Amino acid sequence: MRVKLIVGCCIAAAVLLARNLYVMLLELPDEVAQGPIFRIIFFHVPAAWTAFAGFVAAAVASALYLVRRDLRYDAFAVAVTEVGLAFAAANLVTGMIWARIIWGIWWTWDARLTSMLVCWLLYAGYLMLRHAVEEPGQRARIAAVFSLLACVDVPIVFFSIRWWRTQHPQPVVWGGGSMDPAYWSMLFLNWIPLLLLGLAMAAIRIGQERRQRELEALRRLAYSL
Amino acid sequence: MTAPVQTGTGTRLRRAAAGPASFLRATLAIAAKDLRSEFRTKEALNASLAFSVVILLLFSFAFDPTVEQTRALAGGLLWLVFAFAGALILNRSFARELPNDCLDALVASPVPAPALYLGKTLGNWVLLMLVELASLAVFGIFYNAAWTRRLGALVGVVALGTWALSVVGTLFSALTVNLRLRELMLPLLVYPVLIPVLLGAIQLSGPLAMGEPLAEEAGAWLRLLVGFDVIFTALALALSESALVG
Repeated sequence: MRVKLIVGCCIAAAVLLARNLYVMLLELPDEVAQGPIFRIIFFHVPAAWTAFAGFVAAAVASALYLVRRDLRYDAFAVAVTEVGLAFAAANLVTGMIWARIIWGIWWTWDARLTSMLVCWLLYAGYLMLRHAVEEPGQRARIAAVFSLLACVDVPIVFFSIRWWRTQHPQPVVWGGGSMDPAYWSMLFLNWIPLLLLGLAMAAIRIGQERRQRELEALRRLAYSL
Repeated sequence: MTAPVQTGTGTRLRRAAAGPASFLRATLAIAAKDLRSEFRTKEALNASLAFSVVILLLFSFAFDPTVEQTRALAGGLLWLVFAFAGALILNRSFARELPNDCLDALVASPVPAPALYLGKTLGNWVLLMLVELASLAVFGIFYNAAWTRRLGALVGVVALGTWALSVVGTLFSALTVNLRLRELMLPLLVYPVLIPVLLGAIQLSGPLAMGEPLAEEAGAWLRLLVGFDVIFTALALALSESALVG
C-alpha cells in the first residue's frame, strides 16, 4: 500500500512536471521586464507553499502527539518537517539565483529573504534538537513542544521583519503585484507536482522512522536476552 | 491525579495548589526560592555580569565607535549583550535543579506545572533585569551615553523584551536540561525564536539608551513586543505540563 502510494505520487508528479515544463519553456512567453529568468517563480513560490504546508502539518502532528502520545505522530512530524525544510531550501536557492540575475546580488537583507532564512534556521534547530536527545519518547515530546512554538513564531517573524524593511517584489499573493492569468494558473499547476513529490518523500521518511523504531526495539530485546 | 492524601500536610499542600490565589502563591514561592538560592551563591549572576562587561569592552575595542556610530549601534549592542548574558542565567535555571534530583522533587511537589514554570520565569526575569540594568550603567560609562535621561521608557522597553527572553528561555531551559549539548542548544534554539522581539527591542532601546525621543513608528514595535509577550506566555503556560512533567 505504502509503496504503491509512493510510486503513484512520483509517477503523477513526473508526468505533471513534464507537461508543466513543456508549457513553461515552449508556450508561455518571456516576461517583459525580466526575460526568461522569470520562469523560476513557478518553482520558487510553490516551493515556499509546500514548505509552509509541511511546517503546519508538522505542528498539527506535534499537537496530536502531545495529546495521544503515539510515536507515529512523531514520525509524521519529523518526516514533514524534513521535507518542508528541503523545500524551504529550494525556495531560498531559487530566490538567490533569481536575485543574482535581476538584482545583481546573491543576497540582500530584504524582509522576505530574511524571514525565510529565519524560518529555515528555526526548523534546522528542530532537527538538531532531535539529534541531541537519545530516548525516543523524550525526543518526541521535546521536539513536539518546539515544533508548536516554531509554528506560532513564523508568522510573527514574517510580520516583524516586514516592518523592518522590504525590497522584495510585491508578493503575487496578498500584495499589490499583478500577474497575467496564464502565469497565475501555471503557479498553481506547478504546485501540484511539488506537493506530490513532497508527499512521496514524507511517506518514504515515515517508513524509515518506523523501521528505525523496530530496529531499536529489537536491539533492546537482544540486550535483555 | 492521585486520590487526596489524608495526612495533614498532604491535604493542605494539595488544597494550596487549587484556585487562582494559591496558584499565585505557588508561583511566587518558586520564584522566591530561585532568587534566594541564586543570591546565596551568585554564581550565574556574577558570570553573566562579568560576561556582559567583557562584551561591552570588546565591542568598544573592536569598533572604537564615535558618538555618531554609538547612536547607530546602541540598541543592537545592548540587546546582543542581554541575549548572550541572558543565556548564561537561563542555562543555570533548570541545570541548578539537577544535583540531588531536585527537579524530580519539584515536579512531584503539589505545585502545578504552569505555576512551577511561571515561578521560574519570574525568577529569571528578575535576575535578567538586574544584569541588564547593571550592563546599562556600564554601557553609559564606557560609551558616554545619556541612558538615564529617559529611564522610565527605557526600563519599560527592557522589561517587555526581557519578559519575552525569559518566557521562551525558561521553557527551552526546561526542554534542554537533560541534553548532552545543553549549553549549546539553548542559545541555538532561543535566538531564532526571539528574532521579532530582538528586532523590536533594538529599534526601541537604541534611541532611548542615548537619551533621545522615540520615532513615530515606535508604537508598532511596542505593540509587537506586547503581543509577543502575551502570545508566548499563553503558549508556554499551555505547553508547560508537556515540557516539565513529560
